[in-house]
Amino acid sequence: MRVVVDLTRCQGYAQCAFLAPSVFRMQSGDALLYDSNPDDALREQIKRAAAACPVQAIHIGGMGTLAAMQKEPAQRRKPRGPVRLTDAEAAFKRGGRIVIVGASLAGLTAALMLRTQGFAGSLTLIGDEAYDPYDRPPLSKQVLTGWVRADHTLLPYSDELDADWHLGVRAMGLDLAGRQVLLADGNRVQFDRLLIATGARARPWPNDAEASLEGVEVVRTRDDAARLQRRLAARPGRVLVIGGGFTGSEVASACRELGLPVTVTERGATPLVGALGGVVGAVAAALQRDHGVDLRCGVTVTRLEGDANGRLRRAHFSDGSTLNVDVAVVALGAIRNVEWLRGSGLAVTRWGVACDAACHAFDINGLVTGNIFVAGDVARCPHPIYDYQFLSLEHWGNAVTQAKIAAHNMLSPEADRWPHLAIPTFWSTQFGVSIKSVGVPTFSDALVITQGSLAERRFVAVYGYKGRVTAAVAFDQPKWLEFYQGLIDAAAPFPPAFRTVHQPAEMRPVPPEFPKRAVSEHEATVMVTGREPYERRVRWVYRHL
Amino acid sequence: MAQASIFEQILDPANRANPYPLYAELRKTPVAREADGTYIVSTYDEIVALLHDPRVSSDIRNLVRQAGATPSPQEGPPGLPEPFIRRDPPDHDRLRKLAMRPFGPPHTPRRIDALRPWLVETTTGLLDALAGKNQVDIVGDVAYPFPVTVICKLLGVPREDEARFHELADAGIETLDPTTGTLEQRKAKRDRTNAELGQYLAALADAHLRQPGGDLLSGFLTDNGPDGRMSREEVLSTAALLLVAGHETTVNLIANGMLTLLRHPGVFERLRREPELSIPLVEELLRYEPPVQFLPDRVTLADIDIAGTTIPQGSPLVLMLAAGSRDPERFDDPDRFMPDRPNNSHLGFGSGIHYCFGAPLARLEAQIALTELACRLEHPRLVADPPPYRPNPTLRGPLHLLVEVDGIRAAGVR
Repeated sequence: MRVVVDLTRCQGYAQCAFLAPSVFRMQSGDALLYDSNPDDALREQIKRAAAACPVQAIHIGGMGTLAAMQKEPAQRRKPRGPVRLTDAEAAFKRGGRIVIVGASLAGLTAALMLRTQGFAGSLTLIGDEAYDPYDRPPLSKQVLTGWVRADHTLLPYSDELDADWHLGVRAMGLDLAGRQVLLADGNRVQFDRLLIATGARARPWPNDAEASLEGVEVVRTRDDAARLQRRLAARPGRVLVIGGGFTGSEVASACRELGLPVTVTERGATPLVGALGGVVGAVAAALQRDHGVDLRCGVTVTRLEGDANGRLRRAHFSDGSTLNVDVAVVALGAIRNVEWLRGSGLAVTRWGVACDAACHAFDINGLVTGNIFVAGDVARCPHPIYDYQFLSLEHWGNAVTQAKIAAHNMLSPEADRWPHLAIPTFWSTQFGVSIKSVGVPTFSDALVITQGSLAERRFVAVYGYKGRVTAAVAFDQPKWLEFYQGLIDAAAPFPPAFRTVHQPAEMRPVPPEFPKRAVSEHEATVMVTGREPYERRVRWVYRHL
Repeated sequence: MAQASIFEQILDPANRANPYPLYAELRKTPVAREADGTYIVSTYDEIVALLHDPRVSSDIRNLVRQAGATPSPQEGPPGLPEPFIRRDPPDHDRLRKLAMRPFGPPHTPRRIDALRPWLVETTTGLLDALAGKNQVDIVGDVAYPFPVTVICKLLGVPREDEARFHELADAGIETLDPTTGTLEQRKAKRDRTNAELGQYLAALADAHLRQPGGDLLSGFLTDNGPDGRMSREEVLSTAALLLVAGHETTVNLIANGMLTLLRHPGVFERLRREPELSIPLVEELLRYEPPVQFLPDRVTLADIDIAGTTIPQGSPLVLMLAAGSRDPERFDDPDRFMPDRPNNSHLGFGSGIHYCFGAPLARLEAQIALTELACRLEHPRLVADPPPYRPNPTLRGPLHLLVEVDGIRAAGVR
């Protein structure tokens, strides 16, 4: 059986963990982990759990379950009947050709949404991994502890999707004028409309020789996770996690759950500092240390040293110290998969493919294209709430929401397009704690604790920018977050001035302590030629991307 | 005399059998102010928003303080602290977490699921006892004794003591009915019954301390978890809450469920043939005929702007769950009973931090009881429709549900 839980919506009611305890497990009161592909014998239990979920976040099998993932309003609140299609649009919906490059969460969700919206033409999915679409969040959690097998993370969908799959084949290029995707196996796939959903990959250890030492791992794919799980199951003497972001912290949490000695190095002042700032990061640091993690902040790894057999043996740190380690997990963030689009004529940077709020890709000149769409981790999209800045989000929920909007817009005339205006939301489960965030915490100049306290490690932190609420982060308080999302939607004044339950005696805004953005190295990738307005055009310049 | 408001009409026992047209009236003003300053909220989105709004307090002391009342001197035995249902975080969170430890996940995840065979056996026994009868009272014969037996066993209360706590439980439930007195009067009465219930449970607690069992009461008293243990008074208060809430609501869920099935004979037949239908069916019952119709006694800690209205700080709130669960803006064809309704995020158990503590147990009890009734009652017919109702508008359900049957099938026969 295939199960997926929309953990963006989960508020930790634990009904599933009561009713199907072999499949759903609460870590603390509020953090849920689950088995994505449980045994069919548990079907009735799982049905019980899915029916009981108060926020209807559990989806099992069947067509369109991912596409139906958000709140389904009653018929009368649904968008009024589709705007009348032109003959050409109607013909496209009946028999057009859509190609989706990227067969992970965003690609699959878009495909399901296209079908549920009535697209009857040909649908092709291209993915560089040789597997059916699978879910990645479990890979750094329940897969590493050995509870769920890496190959038991398949996403639910059924054969009704009726798509042409090219799995295990990498897209190598895009011919915009000829409307073709070029594949690594030499094939070309023709499209009328294209969705780019190639996501991101793990940033490897920068030194190739060191990266190839046995025991140096990353966690991004199913194969990565399977390999790392085997290494951890072999009880290594010490695991080094390089980078204290969400993935690194979750890996460290899994190691401690397995009872393995683990060291985490983090360049910044605290774990999670890049995403949540140092004030909240300090709570994450305390959590790690309490769970026995050897956490070293303000420290980087300068060298990984191998033995004569090419096995990782020791790590050298920027403070001059060394440590014997058997496994090193490189958790230094992700690189967007855009190399195949170099020179394609699209607006591509290392932050992804720029697009408008309707998910139309920009071309290299910054003009909106008509038939190329982008969604998921690889997309960069302006968000009005955040001063129309282009946001690149690596969030599970964003992949789902944006893919659905892209799919809808691929089939809709201009008047019926939906803008992607969802407030970003993400979650993490580590050291038994549920961490949830709404909004963009980095878009802030101050933070105030409105409920609970940092000391209790149960709190809601509200982030503000120039006097309005822009984000909220909750540790083990998932049931309140909807309210704060409303404050962000409404551009409510910051700091909040109202009384609430569990309010600290003193509510004093403090700087959230985000690290200064490192000035990025010079990497001009485009230049402009021509003098007159009608002749000025952007040209690609090949340097490192 | 001024005409009764819609909410007052809902409270009127004459409208108990079918309050739903009144709820539809109420929804025309999603946030309505009563003459006494209480705000009645009846639409789905607004109820959900307020259930997740930290500016809304469930702490009864805030409400009483707001009403400007001086606490009346306590009569009778010393009172118990308020249970977690009438508290705010952090006390609520601490007490609920401690109460959860012997009951469910993360500490005891399998307890409720493991009860299933015994729950079936218990229902079977109750139905076996009806063999040979041509008329049964669903309330008195099944819907009441079943959950009482379950909560007694789970909590560690002797089933034989039912006569002792039944009256107190009823008195406690009555205080949820806004027509039975002012807030202070009701609170004073509730404090009195709780204190008496506390006295009864105190004696029981002593026995459990001497000889702890696998029950919740023993669990509460002997817990050695990382978050400490409830005080003795907190144990008694929690146990009193679970004893009362643990059956009163489920009685109505089963009785309302059977009544609904008898009004939809096609669904009754379907359930007999497809027992798995009971899973979505019970969710739909919780939407369509919920045992808890509304949540009284919440209070705003700040001005709240909602649905074009500003609810001033310090206002009592009533959240009309049953009206929200029939909101056509949220549910298609809301007045139709659809046993396999998809995406059924009903408000039957509330939402937010006070989401029903015993929900998983109530679900299983209702699924099992209704499936067994469907399988074993031969050709059941309602004797009176509507049946007589108990007066309580908050916890709403039939007083009796008399059903004529051609017989009781043997267990295991379909």
